[in-house]
Amino acid sequence: MKVENQKSYIKWRYFKQTIFFGVVRLSALIITAALIGILTYIFFHGFRAISWDFLTLPPTDSMTAGGIMPAIVGTLYLTIGAISVALPLGVVSAIYLTEYAKQGRWIRIIRIGVNCLAGVPSVVFGLFGLGFFVVFLKFGSSILAGSLTLGILILPTVIGASEEALKSVPQTFREASLALGVSKWSTIARIVLPSALPGILTGSILGVGRAAGETAPIMFTAAAFFTASLPKSIFDEVMALPYHIYVLATAGTHIEQTRSLQYGTVLVLVGLVLGIDLIAILIRSSMRRKKRW
Amino acid sequence: MVIVEKNVIIKTRNVDFFYGSFRALTDVTMDFEQNRVTALIGPSGCGKSTLLRVLNRMNDLIDGTRVEGEILFEGKNIYAPDVDPVEIRRRIGMVFQKPNPFPKSIFNNITYAPKLSGIKSKRDLETLVEGSLKQAVLWDEVKDILDHSAMTLSGGQQQRLCIARALAMKPDILLMDEPTSALDPISTAKIEELIDELKKQYTIIIVTHNMQQAARVSEHTGFFYIGKLIEFNTTEKIFTNPDVKQTEEYITGRFG
Repeated sequence: MKVENQKSYIKWRYFKQTIFFGVVRLSALIITAALIGILTYIFFHGFRAISWDFLTLPPTDSMTAGGIMPAIVGTLYLTIGAISVALPLGVVSAIYLTEYAKQGRWIRIIRIGVNCLAGVPSVVFGLFGLGFFVVFLKFGSSILAGSLTLGILILPTVIGASEEALKSVPQTFREASLALGVSKWSTIARIVLPSALPGILTGSILGVGRAAGETAPIMFTAAAFFTASLPKSIFDEVMALPYHIYVLATAGTHIEQTRSLQYGTVLVLVGLVLGIDLIAILIRSSMRRKKRW
Repeated sequence: MVIVEKNVIIKTRNVDFFYGSFRALTDVTMDFEQNRVTALIGPSGCGKSTLLRVLNRMNDLIDGTRVEGEILFEGKNIYAPDVDPVEIRRRIGMVFQKPNPFPKSIFNNITYAPKLSGIKSKRDLETLVEGSLKQAVLWDEVKDILDHSAMTLSGGQQQRLCIARALAMKPDILLMDEPTSALDPISTAKIEELIDELKKQYTIIIVTHNMQQAARVSEHTGFFYIGKLIEFNTTEKIFTNPDVKQTEEYITGRFG
């Protein structure tokens, strides 16, 4: 009798386990399905618009025809600019937070601040960039102002990724180096940072992917409605893919007519972001192969 | 009265050590003789590793720790405000419990710290690598694979590499924190032979959980219990006829 009881109890436990695993699998499936769904939707609507001319020519006929080359170039410039701003600043902040600062209330407040920064809506960054970089520092609407704004936007991501990467460097490496009579700074520069680099780069590049797709922060700080020529300096305005999509889809007078151009631009933007993510993954795996511990 | 301290290289005077409010060492006074092996033994948590890390100021790295008393290295207190802990650690090397080579090549593991301290010429570095590896009795095993990652070596080889790396800085004292506890018996035997060889040139202070090891390698042994130095004597005396009953009980395995 007792054995019977135990058997049914075990059955019940296995039943619960099956249900739970089912739920877990289902959620994973839904997420994957959503991602694949979005990508295929974009692909099927957009791929007809893609052609060599689309990628290499500026828009023509009041942006109802032609290509998106200036927007691609503009987004690349802004992205490179954003990472040039965020990477050094973020890595240095992370080094301070994890390696130098005495852990305590002050550091907690800084961390909370960084996390809050991550939660600020991107349009707020846009307004800040407009007020500070464009107007106050007189950079005007330019690659410089846009890069700085996007840089600040992704700063929390870079700091977070860098902190995680630094923390994952085994404490024994630091001890080994310091015990040899190597200074703290040399230990960080020669041992800790190189070991943390794959993690830092991966996290940061994923942040860059986000920067490439943002519209609000560049709307007031960098993006031009239309420029046929490419920028000549960092003080020039540029077209950018996300803003171009926004313009075509909402602000133009030929919204229906340009639908396929919109999807084409979306496809290029998604391709660009995924390409950047792919680079991050490749960097990480190649560096991991080299440095294993 | 003249106290003769001819061969004492480093000594502690009434050292107390605190992790926050926790007192890990109480009134430790010891003399460590030059070119001798001194073993520190005692049950886990007795403070022997803490003392080792006090001797090269590794505990500075932990927030909220405090040292009282004096540690005199060649007559100067290493905790004096004008002493650079980096210089102390350069002259007092350390080998850790678990082998901790850098994820670099064998060659670069050894040249890493000497390079930073100013040795630039390739020839000098090569000589240094060969010399250190020979001293650590690892040269024959790795001389053809110096450019391989140190991570590919076995645990025992890694530990000898760590010893070679410490020797490359030409320290005066070598601190060893349970250097064989993560190793198999054969590797352990090799390291013990090595210690015997190294004491001709270096002063060695070794923390060990293995009492036979203390008996085999050391001339002097200090027995610690709950942060106090219970007995400090010649190893022979400690293991045959200790003065303190607690020591005898520990040695014979009645507690700890």
